[in-house]
Amino acid sequence: YIHIINKADMAASKGLKILVGCKRVIDYAVKVRVKPDRSGVVTEGVKHSMNPFDEIAVEEAVRMKEKKLAGEAVAISVGPPQSQETLRTALAMGIDRAIHVEIPLAQLEKLQPIHVSKLLAKVCESEKPDLVILGKQAIDDDCNQTGQMLAALLDWPQATFASKIEPSQDSKQLRVTREVDGGMETIDVSVPAVVTSDLRLNEPRYATLPNIMKAKKKPLAKMSPDQLGVDLQPRQEVISVEDPPVRKAGAKVESVEDLVGKLREKGLVK
Amino acid sequence: SKQTMLSSSRAALVAAAAKLPRLVTRYGYCTTAAGERQQQKPLSPKITTHPTRNDRAKDPRWKDIDMTRAVDEADVVIVGGGPAGLSAACRLAQLNAEKGTEMRIVVLEKASSVGAHIMSGACLDPKGLVELFPDWQERGAPLHTPVTGDKFYMLTEKRAIPLPLLPGMPMHNHGNYIVRLGNVVAWLGEQAESLGVEVYPGVAAAEVLYTEDGSAVKGVATNDVGIAKDGSPKDSFERGMEFHCKQLIIAEGTHGHLAKHLINRYDLRAGREPQTYGIGFKELWELSEDRWRPGYVEHGVGWPLDSGTYGGYFIYHLNEGSPLAAVGFVVGLDYSNPYLSPFREFQQFKHHPHVAAALTGGKRIGYGARALNEGGVQSLPKLTFPGGCLVGCTAGMINVPKVKGTHNAMKSGSLAAEAVHEAIGSGEIEPATYEEALRNSWVYKELHSVRNIRPSFHLLNGRLGMFGGMAYTGAVWYFTRGREPWTFSHGGTDHEKLLPAKDCKPKDYPKPDNVLSFDLLSSVALTSTNHDHDQPPHLTLYDDSVPGQVNLSVYDGPEQRFCPAGVYEYVELDDGSKRLQINAQNCIHCKTCDIKDPTQNINWVTPQGGEGPAYNGM
Repeated sequence: YIHIINKADMAASKGLKILVGCKRVIDYAVKVRVKPDRSGVVTEGVKHSMNPFDEIAVEEAVRMKEKKLAGEAVAISVGPPQSQETLRTALAMGIDRAIHVEIPLAQLEKLQPIHVSKLLAKVCESEKPDLVILGKQAIDDDCNQTGQMLAALLDWPQATFASKIEPSQDSKQLRVTREVDGGMETIDVSVPAVVTSDLRLNEPRYATLPNIMKAKKKPLAKMSPDQLGVDLQPRQEVISVEDPPVRKAGAKVESVEDLVGKLREKGLVK
Repeated sequence: SKQTMLSSSRAALVAAAAKLPRLVTRYGYCTTAAGERQQQKPLSPKITTHPTRNDRAKDPRWKDIDMTRAVDEADVVIVGGGPAGLSAACRLAQLNAEKGTEMRIVVLEKASSVGAHIMSGACLDPKGLVELFPDWQERGAPLHTPVTGDKFYMLTEKRAIPLPLLPGMPMHNHGNYIVRLGNVVAWLGEQAESLGVEVYPGVAAAEVLYTEDGSAVKGVATNDVGIAKDGSPKDSFERGMEFHCKQLIIAEGTHGHLAKHLINRYDLRAGREPQTYGIGFKELWELSEDRWRPGYVEHGVGWPLDSGTYGGYFIYHLNEGSPLAAVGFVVGLDYSNPYLSPFREFQQFKHHPHVAAALTGGKRIGYGARALNEGGVQSLPKLTFPGGCLVGCTAGMINVPKVKGTHNAMKSGSLAAEAVHEAIGSGEIEPATYEEALRNSWVYKELHSVRNIRPSFHLLNGRLGMFGGMAYTGAVWYFTRGREPWTFSHGGTDHEKLLPAKDCKPKDYPKPDNVLSFDLLSSVALTSTNHDHDQPPHLTLYDDSVPGQVNLSVYDGPEQRFCPAGVYEYVELDDGSKRLQINAQNCIHCKTCDIKDPTQNINWVTPQGGEGPAYNGM
């Protein structure tokens, strides 16, 4: 079912309403293996967990609640049935309720950020959050696109690669510090806005057992892409997936003359 | 004789080690006053920062931290979600349904998901499963590969000599299934949950809790999280929670850490032999299709192990759609040469022409290792204590010549469940009927019949080695089936059998070729093991100075070689001295170090829940 909040509820609640995206990905420590048919990587039976940047996003939402900057935090995940485990982890960390947009297995492998951002945009139309926090990128595809696409679809301001989120000086906006190539950039964004989390935003808490047990009672709603009216037609086709080339052994040289000699051999030095 | 020589040199070592102030106590978990340490100037920077060895009550960094734990109640808590633990859970749930009783049953499993820490061959004897779930096939238990062929070989450097496998011999496998035990355990976890058991993966039981007067077990506490590597509290610090229960079932697998503590506390090995062990390695290989023989089981002994080192190999060809085979190797941990590297023996074994023939053209896709128990009935401890009991490999029920223990583990779990159910009903503190039930069951009958085979390896002071063992099996056991009136002893603990390095020759192992054999670190990477780097190492030392003073100087640091994950490294400091570095992140929870450390200075405790290897159907 689709949860609809009317304007009156929003005005009455204190603090921002935050929507946090989390994705179930292969755990970062797992040794990934390419499938023999080179169509993708092996996922069956492989350890999965919440995308590390999404854990940081969830943690930030919970902290904003604790600081009373936010009133309600909702987690959302687009993925297979097992994404519910990821949402339960978010609930155990302190999120109030969760939404699971279940993707049928046939369409799962071809799901791309363009589809996810459209699904999230539809949910934002009904949930009407003040702030959407997403991980900056997922560690399986490294796309770094969903947050940016979502902001464009909603025509909301975006503050990506956030390493700090706080109220602006006049408390009417959010002051976000961003990690950019040249250093740090601080900008003020008006809400509603999309923010994507970077590594140094915070260190996520552990989901401990007492909280995991409590989280079982928190609401988890299910939705389908059809209900949201989003077409999941793939825009890209994966031709092949291969292992990175095996690193060739280097050679140790004893002296500078040897080094120059070897460089000359390879035609790198005249 | 070799034995007396060992005991006198061991006595000398113990005396030398005793001169160093040691913080060991009988009860592995007691913390000691930090003040005692200050009397001894540390000879190297502090290695062990774990709270079990550093009392936080006396640590100023912890003075403002709230250490209260949330408390929850259950009727039965089971530590360990493996075959034994989950069988106990399922049987308990079945008994409740049968008898109309209600119980809250909680299983705590330290792996991130049920089955992720399971490492086994495995060629499963289904009788334990059939008794628990006669309808296992309809329920979809992943037993897909019945054994179709069975062979036993003796390997010499160049040849593979087939040995006859007669029906009735322990290695005869008709009627058994080749399984990926991790998947069977995951399925068992689902059955338990469908029966109403609460299964919590990602939660490690870290401490046993006792009643006020300390006489009985009243529950367990789960691990704390958020302690920094130097032992100080992080912002994310959270205390574990307590489960108070009427009965605690310990099902941690071979050499469990809570089991070790309980065995010491209640002196459960009094009048029995200590446990003896082996280390088992296993790799999962995707074979070249033309070399794949689904359902084929092969066992063997011999090269490259010398006749004085117990061990053997297995190759099991699975039949689950792709040409997978499990290739494994066991080395008895009673070996004496500190230069021996069980891992490198295993890698070298794959180069034998007979084995290479099966693996050539294939690709290694998995690796893991785990200690296994070899002591049989002689080494079974007392199985019950006030407030609980031990099941499965944690007690030690592997039928060593058969190389099978899962069926015994499952049966012991079921029997324990029955005893526990009865004890709760009658208000008894100790589930005393469990031990008797086990002694009257086919588990004990089987273990009793093969009790002399493993120790027969030591016949004539071990001079005949594997030949002695095989001769005994063929000439005596085949006819007596264990009815012989004598029972051989194992002759002491594994760690006592290690000789000083000066009395042994270093071994020359070939370099891995990265096709059939591999180096240690790339093997560890395949386990997908991981631990939060910023936590105290869970491989704790009773005394930080012993590795440098004894392990390295007398035994040349054997932990560098027997650890299958490269946790222990002696690194050179600026002043030329060597210091032990513990790479706790690599640990794959095999427990070999705790078993084989000659000074028994290493005490493995559980890291944070959800950490360790992420085996996929191993």
